[in-house]
Amino acid sequence: MLADILQLFVAGLATGAIYALVAIGFTLLWQTSQTINFAQGEFVMLPAFFVLIAMGFFKLPFWAAVLAGGAVSVLLLGYLFKKLMVDPMIRHGVLPLVIATIGLAILMKESVREFYGADAWPFPPLAAATNVTVFGVSFAVQSLVVLVISIAAVAALQLFLNGTRTGRCMQATAQNPTVARLLGIPVERMILYTFLINAALVVLASILITPIYLAKFTNGELLGLYAFIAAIIGGFNQIRGAIAGGLLLGVVDNFTAVYISSQYRMAVPLVFLIVIILFRPQGLLGRVEERTV
Amino acid sequence: MSRHRGAIGWGALAAACVFLLVAPFLFRPYGVFILATWAVMTIAAIGLNLTLGYAGQISLAQAAFVGIGSYITAYLTTRGWPFWPTYVLGGVSCFAVGWLLGYPALRVQHHYLAFVTLAFNTVIYLVFRNEEWLTGGIYGITNVPRPSVLGFSVAKPIPFYYFCLAHLALVSAATWWLLRSPWGRAFIALRENPIRALSLGVDTRRYTLIAFALGAGLGGISGTLYAPLVQFIDPTPFALGLSLNLLLMVVVGGSGYFFGPFLGAVVAVLLPEWTRFAQNYYLMGYAVLVMLLMVFCPSGLFGFADRLLSASTTRSPAEDGTPAQEAAR
Repeated sequence: MLADILQLFVAGLATGAIYALVAIGFTLLWQTSQTINFAQGEFVMLPAFFVLIAMGFFKLPFWAAVLAGGAVSVLLLGYLFKKLMVDPMIRHGVLPLVIATIGLAILMKESVREFYGADAWPFPPLAAATNVTVFGVSFAVQSLVVLVISIAAVAALQLFLNGTRTGRCMQATAQNPTVARLLGIPVERMILYTFLINAALVVLASILITPIYLAKFTNGELLGLYAFIAAIIGGFNQIRGAIAGGLLLGVVDNFTAVYISSQYRMAVPLVFLIVIILFRPQGLLGRVEERTV
Repeated sequence: MSRHRGAIGWGALAAACVFLLVAPFLFRPYGVFILATWAVMTIAAIGLNLTLGYAGQISLAQAAFVGIGSYITAYLTTRGWPFWPTYVLGGVSCFAVGWLLGYPALRVQHHYLAFVTLAFNTVIYLVFRNEEWLTGGIYGITNVPRPSVLGFSVAKPIPFYYFCLAHLALVSAATWWLLRSPWGRAFIALRENPIRALSLGVDTRRYTLIAFALGAGLGGISGTLYAPLVQFIDPTPFALGLSLNLLLMVVVGGSGYFFGPFLGAVVAVLLPEWTRFAQNYYLMGYAVLVMLLMVFCPSGLFGFADRLLSASTTRSPAEDGTPAQEAAR
């Protein structure tokens, strides 16, 4: 019994860690540029296909393919996304950008379906599908690898944001762009960095989650939704909020599926979301955002 | 200038009405079915336009209301109820649920509201799928009968098309009247500047709830027509996809423009069928159109036409006053 619970807990943490990666990117974009990316789930779906194309068409070995696919994704989902979509639209306010990213999500899904196919394609896993036994409880190696890599990535990100000059400039930009600009911080470049970091995070999430879910053009729908929920539950304006939200969601989701109802598995996070928004809109760990009228 | 534009507008409207009246004789039954679908979806989009375009509250739950309306009609008419009570019940219960869903809108705005309504839509979808005793689960409800009006059966495709069209006309007229009543002006005040509206004595709480409830009620009415139209109801059409699609219809047509949803539904419902040879490419093109519109003209196709017309007549500062730019905020 206890062993089962532990097992479920670790598996939940592993998927939760992936949600957290996606949610962090989401909150970063919101903090620095008030971008709500409804295509965030599709952003996770796409890099896996770039990797598959690099392996299939260009016959690259897996790691080279990951590097190539990652580079293309960062260029496309980071740089071009900002330059071609966010920059011209941001002056119109939040809503048009939301709708444009819904359009972008459709475009990405349909393009993959048209040009790559509607099947679910296997994706090479990072670790063999075996179990290790620790203190009599067996864990999937894959879950542990996912967990370790995600923790390392988040730690590296935190180190970068808090420990380097550029990182602190980015935080300043997120907190108050006007003052940041007055202090001589190149705000525009800092915002671009957050888009690149977001792209890097979704590439990482893509490589971690696709071996589990297989590469399919619809992968983004659920992932995007879970990333939003994680971001809102934790607090839209806090990186640690997104982490907590992601992990909590992964664990709750896994326990619901086993102990409550697998049919209503999706409903529990959603009801949780509604309750959080109604009673604590700033999220569990978030600050209250003051917005002018 | 305004007379010139008015003439173009009335001309286009008259042409569209004539087309809709003679259309069934120009198309095969499937084409008539698609046109009826257009009419039904336009009703749902008009509802969403009230909520989003006029009152400025984003909702991603319109598909859930279409679903609730559909299931009420499908469940009751297959158990021997006549159509009209289920029609009223569908509209009224969606109005009530929409009223309740409006409460979050009082607390949170914009993207948070988008997520609350999105979550609501997904929960309702799960209920449709999982509560087999009520909704038939994934097998759905089959053989939904078509109603009769004053003793005349409208079961055949062409009469049913006119039945849907008549509802669309009624809903349009009611909405037109509503928007010119004090309620409509209160909605616009709510969208433009809620705090100013409040200070001028508009009960913003009540009008936000009413905007939500009316939009939802029209969604329900659209659903009660959708069930006898397709005659087979399962959960799939009422997933989040339809809500997003309805939102895009309103925005592509021009949110806050009365005829925006009509045009948006043409782009989203009719054109994909007429360009079937290009199935997936059409969706891609549609997505690109949405993005381009948002970059260059967030007020949608009607806003674009508005801009073209005013540019061709005079270069007046009229643009400052169009709903275009206000809706964009």
